[in-house]
Amino acid sequence: MPKTMFEKIWEAHEVKENLIYIDLHLVHEVTSPQAFEGLRMSGRKLRRPDKTVATADHNVPTDGTPTAALIKDALSRKQVETLEKNAADFGVPVYSLGSETQGIVHVIGPELGLTQPGMTIVCGDSHTSTHGAFGALAFGIGTSEVEHVMATQTLVQNKPKTMRINYSGTLGEGVTSKDLILATIGKLGTSGMTGYVVEYAGEAIEALTMEQRMTICNMTIEGGGKAGMIAPDETTFEYMRGKPGVPADFDAAVERWRDLPTDEGATFDTEVEIDATAISPMVTWGTTPGMVIQVTDTVPDPEKMDSPADREAAERALQYMGLEAGTPMEEIRPERVFIGSCTNSRISDLREAAGAIKGRKVADSVRAMVVPGSALVKAQAEEEGLDRIFEEAGFEWRGAGCSMCLGMNPDILIEGERCASTSNRNFEGRQGKGGRTHLVSPTMATAAAIEGHFVDIRNWS
Amino acid sequence: MEPISTIEGEVAFLDRSDVDTDQIIPKQFLKRVERTGYGEFLFYDWMRDGEIELEPHPILVSGRNFGSGSSREHAVWALHQFGFQAVIAPSFSDIFYSNSTKNGFLPIVLPEEECRAIATAGAAKIDLESQTVSWDGGEASFDIDREIKRRLLGGLDDIALTLQSEDEIEAFEAGPGGTYGPVTTAL
Repeated sequence: MPKTMFEKIWEAHEVKENLIYIDLHLVHEVTSPQAFEGLRMSGRKLRRPDKTVATADHNVPTDGTPTAALIKDALSRKQVETLEKNAADFGVPVYSLGSETQGIVHVIGPELGLTQPGMTIVCGDSHTSTHGAFGALAFGIGTSEVEHVMATQTLVQNKPKTMRINYSGTLGEGVTSKDLILATIGKLGTSGMTGYVVEYAGEAIEALTMEQRMTICNMTIEGGGKAGMIAPDETTFEYMRGKPGVPADFDAAVERWRDLPTDEGATFDTEVEIDATAISPMVTWGTTPGMVIQVTDTVPDPEKMDSPADREAAERALQYMGLEAGTPMEEIRPERVFIGSCTNSRISDLREAAGAIKGRKVADSVRAMVVPGSALVKAQAEEEGLDRIFEEAGFEWRGAGCSMCLGMNPDILIEGERCASTSNRNFEGRQGKGGRTHLVSPTMATAAAIEGHFVDIRNWS
Repeated sequence: MEPISTIEGEVAFLDRSDVDTDQIIPKQFLKRVERTGYGEFLFYDWMRDGEIELEPHPILVSGRNFGSGSSREHAVWALHQFGFQAVIAPSFSDIFYSNSTKNGFLPIVLPEEECRAIATAGAAKIDLESQTVSWDGGEASFDIDREIKRRLLGGLDDIALTLQSEDEIEAFEAGPGGTYGPVTTAL
């Protein structure tokens, strides 16, 4: 019987009904301390340190602080030091602040070759869906489940439903994978994928690089999805070849991975069709990622919305965002620009952003910041001279971490500040209390930094 | 975790959809390394600004897509430690729902009309065994996975239950399934 890629991976990992084996557990400092403590309290050991890896990302300052002991914020310092101690006590490899392979957990997994097709991958972080871009089943879990995986290397799971989104045609010039996923969430809503593992497929997806695919799978959670997946292909294998963690007999592994894609005739619980050629550069206007429109549109009018719940949510969002219905998006003026996060902080994101600068300067009204996703991305960018391009244009060039995506470190917005951000969440207060976030692609963020307002990247010379 | 059988009492109503975990427990409170002490920071920004007022009643009712966003289990800890024992909403994010059930905190999905009726009634009784919510003027039944229900009713420890299958886990690891993926300690 024909099977979906998800079904193949699920069946290969069933220890017994509703108990699946986990091949890789990624750990970071915020959602793990209580889990490690739980192991200690119950006298349990961490079953498979060799299938576990830890890094410090959420809390770390990006100002060049070299080690955990020198983090100024006492609570952040304690959390990162606790991670280091827990990893040492339980035998888990850890890439903490100062390590040359430290970085955002969803950036380092792929770049170290730890993320591979056909695997089950979990992490106490909702953006674990990122790793699905390699044809893995990857999803976020809470701290109780983190402890469960540490103790048993398994998870109790009901089999989720499956959805396939088929994108016909290819993306237009200036339109990125960030726009594709934002447009998809705009169409399906913030809970449109709830309960589903989503496979992204079609010509537009096949044409993307691995890093572009990761951006799409990353934001599956913003559509409510449990996991996002993309079939592995030559693009996947070429990206992986030579990375440190990949199988020694790489070509044999590739042959196995070629069996993973969904079989012809396999059925999904839901299928969705989207015309990729109709997607434009997108900008969020509200306080959920589903509140998103084309950059050429105007701020929507709540009065024209059908459901009372939508109307009320939109009114609240506009008030919070300090926007008026009918304002052209291109007239909105961010004071801050953030290029970074597990969504868009990889080397190709930085190359695109730097490439769009073309000798121009950040507008006087804007403070702009670039935060590479990992220490390796930072080193690579510096080798290519991207740091100089950014700094000469007036961007701040920072150290690796989650940074202003969630503002757990000192990189935050102040009340009322408006930010064009390449991150994934525009929730109230996400980047700082009272901060106003507009989600965009790296090139759109760069253009906004230089012009001082949003622009349609397609007409921007 | 504590077993759940019935939950009865007054209802707090948060009439909003897409309540995300960043609102439930803002980031600055995620730096703690303990599981306790989150209740007083529940909805910190909204409560401090007087934008919402919530009493620590046994039952919270809210709008669709409750608990969306970050996987932080701190959100469930904060709601539970504030005093809520159950939350009723038209839909939940998957991770929030799962996190709730691991903490003896009962998430219940009911259609929006019934959520509103319960909020209007101001008090309700939840019976997990019969999977019903009753209030003055109405009653509704809700779905819950049989295994999740069994664990909530018994206050059972997930890890201890799974470790009863340790032989099967070992057998899995000894087979082809044990060979997938990298050896992180070898890098």
